Amino acid sequence: MYRYDEIDQAVVDQRVAEFRDQTRRFLAGELSEDEFRPLRLRNGLYIQRHAPMLRIAIPYGLLNTKQVRKLAFIARTYDRSFGHFTTRQNLQLNWPELKNVPDILEHLASVEMHAIQTSGNCVRNVTADHMAGVAPDELDDPRPYCEILRQWSTLNPEFTYLPRKFKIAVTGSPEDRAASEVHDIGLHMQRDANGGIGFTVYVGGGLGRTPIIGQMLREFLPLKDLLSYLEATLRVYNRYGRRDNIHKARIKILVKSLGIEEFRKQVDAEWQASQDFATHLDMAEVERVRAFFQPPPYEKLEDYDVAADRELEFQTWYRYNTRKHKVPGYRAVFVSLKKHGTVPGDMTSDQMDAVADLADRVSFGMVRATHNQNLLLADVKQSQLYDTWVELKRLGLAMANIGTLTDMIACPGLDFCSLANAGTLNVADQIQKQFDDLDYLYDLGDIEIKMSGCMNACGHHHVGHIGILGVDKHGEEWYQITLGGSVNGFTALGDVIGPSVRQTDVASTIQRIVDLYRQKREDGERFIETYRRIGLKPFKEHVYATSAAA
Amino acid sequence: MPLLRQREVVVADEWVTLVDSMGDSPPADDVPLLVPFAKFRANPDVYRARKGKLGIRLSPADKVEDLAPELPRLSLVALEFTGPGEGRGYTQAKLLRARYHFTGEVRAVGHVKQDQVYLMARVGIDAFELSPGEKPEDAVATLERFKIAYTPGSPLPALRRERFHV
Repeated sequence: MYRYDEIDQAVVDQRVAEFRDQTRRFLAGELSEDEFRPLRLRNGLYIQRHAPMLRIAIPYGLLNTKQVRKLAFIARTYDRSFGHFTTRQNLQLNWPELKNVPDILEHLASVEMHAIQTSGNCVRNVTADHMAGVAPDELDDPRPYCEILRQWSTLNPEFTYLPRKFKIAVTGSPEDRAASEVHDIGLHMQRDANGGIGFTVYVGGGLGRTPIIGQMLREFLPLKDLLSYLEATLRVYNRYGRRDNIHKARIKILVKSLGIEEFRKQVDAEWQASQDFATHLDMAEVERVRAFFQPPPYEKLEDYDVAADRELEFQTWYRYNTRKHKVPGYRAVFVSLKKHGTVPGDMTSDQMDAVADLADRVSFGMVRATHNQNLLLADVKQSQLYDTWVELKRLGLAMANIGTLTDMIACPGLDFCSLANAGTLNVADQIQKQFDDLDYLYDLGDIEIKMSGCMNACGHHHVGHIGILGVDKHGEEWYQITLGGSVNGFTALGDVIGPSVRQTDVASTIQRIVDLYRQKREDGERFIETYRRIGLKPFKEHVYATSAAA
Repeated sequence: MPLLRQREVVVADEWVTLVDSMGDSPPADDVPLLVPFAKFRANPDVYRARKGKLGIRLSPADKVEDLAPELPRLSLVALEFTGPGEGRGYTQAKLLRARYHFTGEVRAVGHVKQDQVYLMARVGIDAFELSPGEKPEDAVATLERFKIAYTPGSPLPALRRERFHV
């Protein structure tokens, strides 16, 4: 993984010192709340319902075990001994005290981590495919380019006060596992005829109140132009993005109002006109960063049938919670943070420490955070899978539900977030209880449920096969359900099925939806495929007919 | 309001800003005059004919391109920051320096706190009309704090190293 040199370390150290001083001034009354807000946000600190919330960046999802243990320590020392992994490869602490935040940031800096620009109207944590470097279908590892973008965007003087937040995701595989088309900028790695690396650039995707799928801005952007072209794009946005209405300030609204052709014309003109002062990405720097992402020292092994002669429970876990690795003899292993009865994405300090120990034993001391709110041990020898499973099971992290209906994504919702209209955690619990029969779950197969407690869409509900959105209806928590959203491989926004339902009816409504799927599915058809074939109408009729009859 | 220029406190600012209350009696012809761009555009020849130094104040929505033809006759461009989240001035400054090679003073006015001064300096702003209550020594200290930067920007005396280059 990337290791800080004296430049990187100095940047985070300087930043901690700056924020320590700003926090002191705020607590001393020298900075007003309005003045302190943009400063604390750019250091990951929100003021939430109960306490501040601190969002820590996990750039492109990658952690070494020293960092995992530090996160466990921070959660134990300054919070309630747990953290919440988010859909954008961040870790959120829900209960830190403001006065302790500078110390927390100093602890992070001591292990080459930070919370810089994890909120606020600036370029956020750059995310990547969690299978980067081990996916069999990958063109090239996207993480060196994410790291370059992380550095370029960190405290970038021109682009730290943008009209609104700005999210970038990079994928190195044809199958987009980074949700890049719902990012402000999505970069899909490509190779030109000579094998040279470049990117197809998508712009203006995003969820929130106005969900939009990104449009292609440039078919092939050569690597050497990566920074200069993004500078031109951000400059056009910084100048012309709306600042009068927070709900219309994302780049997607600018792209939509200009049209992609006109937006592209403006970016190209800006890019041409800034060639002699744009930031240049030289290939020596690319090679320096790429050198940090060399494959670990894999042994020369053969694939074999690990599950043969093992108990059914292990076979099931193997099938659902491990993935093919590009190196024979290895598998990528999900650490499920979706145990029934727990909050999706939550992990205790003790679990973090234990997973760090496990990763040291079986996965080269590395752990990854995924955008589905699980962790991944990317490089586990097949011969160590059984022991890995035994340990994960002991830790309550072996729920064999990856990719199934209960591997759902949920934001923290009304229980923690001051923006939310409705709870998500109790609904998640309700769904987990409704679908606690694993054989039934497996029969349903691959179904993604994504849930947000408000239209800010932190739970990405628009792109869930089944999306659940919490809404406030005369002071009561109601839920609007969408069907047919998708983000992996093919990006689509879900369709609203009909009037919203009461909190107590969410799980039974989902039951009706999957009942119809089981009636209508054809051989081997996944839920999303059935939906695409038969459309919204039969689902709508079934849900509301049964509902009326009930 | 304290004025900082090239990291030095300016005791007496020689510039007078044109305001409506001056009515029909603008300052004497040789007084350095800072004119809001909208007023300048309404009557450009009047200001071009002045003997004294001329400056223009841009609001966030003003385009640097529109000002470009006037730049050779200007000694000062003031950029207005209307609040803590206003970020267009950073791009205006960058374009003034990098695209139009403006060598006169670029001054931040309006909401200018010590917390923004470093980033402002990096895009080429070299004078800061600090918000009321701000201490110039604190603002200078922020310019000394950052010794390392990732992206290229205007040189600062304290800055020792950058990662990326133009």
